[in-house]
Amino acid sequence: MLITNIPLEFYLVLSAILFVIGAVGVLTRRNAIIIFMSIEIMLNSVNLTFVSFSIYFGDTLGQLFVFFVMAIAAAEAAIGLAIVLALYRLKQTVFVDEVNLLKW
Amino acid sequence: MNISYFFFIILSVLAVASAIVTISTKHPIRSAIALVVHFFMLAGLYLTLNAQFVAVMQILVYAGAIMVLVVFVIMLLNLSKDQSFEKKITFNNFGGIVLAGTFGLAVIYAFINLHPEPTSFPSHNLNFTTVQVIGRSLFTNYIVQFEAIGLLLTAAIIGAVLLAKRKLM
Repeated sequence: MLITNIPLEFYLVLSAILFVIGAVGVLTRRNAIIIFMSIEIMLNSVNLTFVSFSIYFGDTLGQLFVFFVMAIAAAEAAIGLAIVLALYRLKQTVFVDEVNLLKW
Repeated sequence: MNISYFFFIILSVLAVASAIVTISTKHPIRSAIALVVHFFMLAGLYLTLNAQFVAVMQILVYAGAIMVLVVFVIMLLNLSKDQSFEKKITFNNFGGIVLAGTFGLAVIYAFINLHPEPTSFPSHNLNFTTVQVIGRSLFTNYIVQFEAIGLLLTAAIIGAVLLAKRKLM
């Protein structure tokens, strides 16, 4: 059986770095579409952690969880991009700091 | 230095670089292209972990379905030149970077101190990563969650159509 001889920590640290890059994107960008892509990066880094722990413990459940996370991400992308479209029709902008309809 | 380290280092460096390009370019379409590269690199990392099913799902769902949605929305919005480019990064963004960096350092510290020495993957039988085992588990033990996912995706499709429609009737 072919198995990787890379330590588990390498995968965990890589996924932490990717999560931080995604979080920086969410916190600093103002374009709603790029914020969505940053959220996808964060979800992907968590998936990498799930898969590496699944292989480490020899359990299928981690990969099933990745399957569910992917389904949730697909639903979230569909709804979120529909919201961006509706927002662009209403305000002619995709910048999240120009949308202050609920701010008094 | 053997071949799996070589693959891991190339894939992880490219994954981090494409993620940084995704969050730092000005135009959304460049971010989308970099994100496709990122998804493919993560699929390669899943292959180094012997998780073939997840790697194929990654390419099908993320690089296929979700990126088509994103690129389609960028095309539909038809952003003019001055709107698609953002203003300069302000000093306020510095706070976000510091916040996320602190969190990341804490998590990396916790991961590194998981064990005193680096833990290698145990060499047990890898039968549990096949599509057969995952599918059987999905349709027997986790059938309720699987059906709930179907319901959620249906609701998401109906919601997306309702939200993006100009007039409801």
